[in-house]
Amino acid sequence: MSDALSLSDVPRLPRGVRLRFDEVRSAHVLLAPERAFDLDAVAAEVLSLVDGSRSVGDIIDALAAKYAEDRAVIEGDVVAMLSDLAKKRVLDR
Amino acid sequence: MNAPAPIGLLAELTHRCPLRCPYCSNPLELDRRSAELDTETWQRVLSEAAALGVLHVHLSGGEPTARADVVAITAHCARVGLYSNLITSGVGGALAKLDALAEAGLDHVQLSIQSADAANGERIGGLVNAQAQKMAFAERVTALGLPLTLNAVIHRGNIDEVERIIDLAVRLGAKRLEVAHTQYYGWAYANRAALMPAKADVDRSIRTVEAARKALEGQLVIDLVVPDYYAAYPKACAGGWGRRLMNVTPSGRVLPCHAAETIPGLAFWSVRERSLAEIWVSSPAFAAFRGTDWMPEPCRSCDRKERDWGGCRCQALALTGDAAATDPACSLSPHHARIGALAAAEAGAGEAPPYVYRTIGGADAKERTEAGVAAAALP
Repeated sequence: MSDALSLSDVPRLPRGVRLRFDEVRSAHVLLAPERAFDLDAVAAEVLSLVDGSRSVGDIIDALAAKYAEDRAVIEGDVVAMLSDLAKKRVLDR
Repeated sequence: MNAPAPIGLLAELTHRCPLRCPYCSNPLELDRRSAELDTETWQRVLSEAAALGVLHVHLSGGEPTARADVVAITAHCARVGLYSNLITSGVGGALAKLDALAEAGLDHVQLSIQSADAANGERIGGLVNAQAQKMAFAERVTALGLPLTLNAVIHRGNIDEVERIIDLAVRLGAKRLEVAHTQYYGWAYANRAALMPAKADVDRSIRTVEAARKALEGQLVIDLVVPDYYAAYPKACAGGWGRRLMNVTPSGRVLPCHAAETIPGLAFWSVRERSLAEIWVSSPAFAAFRGTDWMPEPCRSCDRKERDWGGCRCQALALTGDAAATDPACSLSPHHARIGALAAAEAGAGEAPPYVYRTIGGADAKERTEAGVAAAALP
């Protein structure tokens, strides 16, 4: 259950986990039970693409189309980040 | 000293509770219903909290669902963008209000359990038929799709059950479990001799949690709060005094932590007279131990001083008589060895003394409690 996400997995934020822009600190934050994750701009963009319908592969495609970065690098970062959040029980697949 | 914005607000909506747990974190002097803030004041406070930078609101008590307006208060959290966490016993009127709370936008539920075993749980919590109510409540939480955390306060009376409590959390569909060794303030301090576990049992409970974390990775997150008296370093109490958290009592006093009123000489401002922002920034009570300037040695020159912030002020007061002393949970405190020996002696006593159950305003209970504190005081 704690394996890394695959490209065909469709991640979603479960109830009780919310992406929010924190105006006081001018930063995105992922709010979850008893914890808050500070997000940099890239992490916030990845999570904004997590909508319960896009697959991990779709999310990587969207980012690859927008940024000049190598697709393999994007894939590695996105899979690692989403897998870590799944392990922490703040992301469902 | 500049105050960073707080991230969390503990809203103690009421001190009323059907349970009578002998380790309750509420103060010995409980606020009465007639002194409680009204709905409009709580809503104003929550709006002020959101504007100040608070992200999480913990709706607590006592039992927060004992307030008739808990749904309106929760709805207000959602309206102003606050993440709402209901900290509940799951008994009394909790289940009857749960659907409306979910509808109002409640984000998360933290349910207390006293034991994996009904009879033992009801002995600890002092309420018959509590366990069946808690189980029914937990089932409804997950049926509504709300994330569930179980919180189990661990002590001598249930430390052998950690494995069963973990199994129960899995069975109930919880995503998180807090295995929280008792922190000895308030009622727990008065009952310390009845609650203190033996070091060997503590060590075993920690090993059980560590093994379960591995086995249940991705299924259940287990947070562990270790007991201070057997620790090498103190915890950063409330994340550091006046750094991350504020606590509003049922009658509106604003505290840096829930036990802060035990410290004499600190004046706590009230939301009845001032805004939350003014209190956070300017209240003398928040300024008293904020940052590191107040620290004595060995904290002052310690490289951990911005990790644990000197530990807990209330514990320093209770165990050394000086709220500005290094928390004796720290191995660098001159009192540390004495604290460990005290814990070992209490835990080693053949039979634990009876609990002094939490109660509102009972003169008899108060007398016994003070006697309990006196008996527990250090030589």
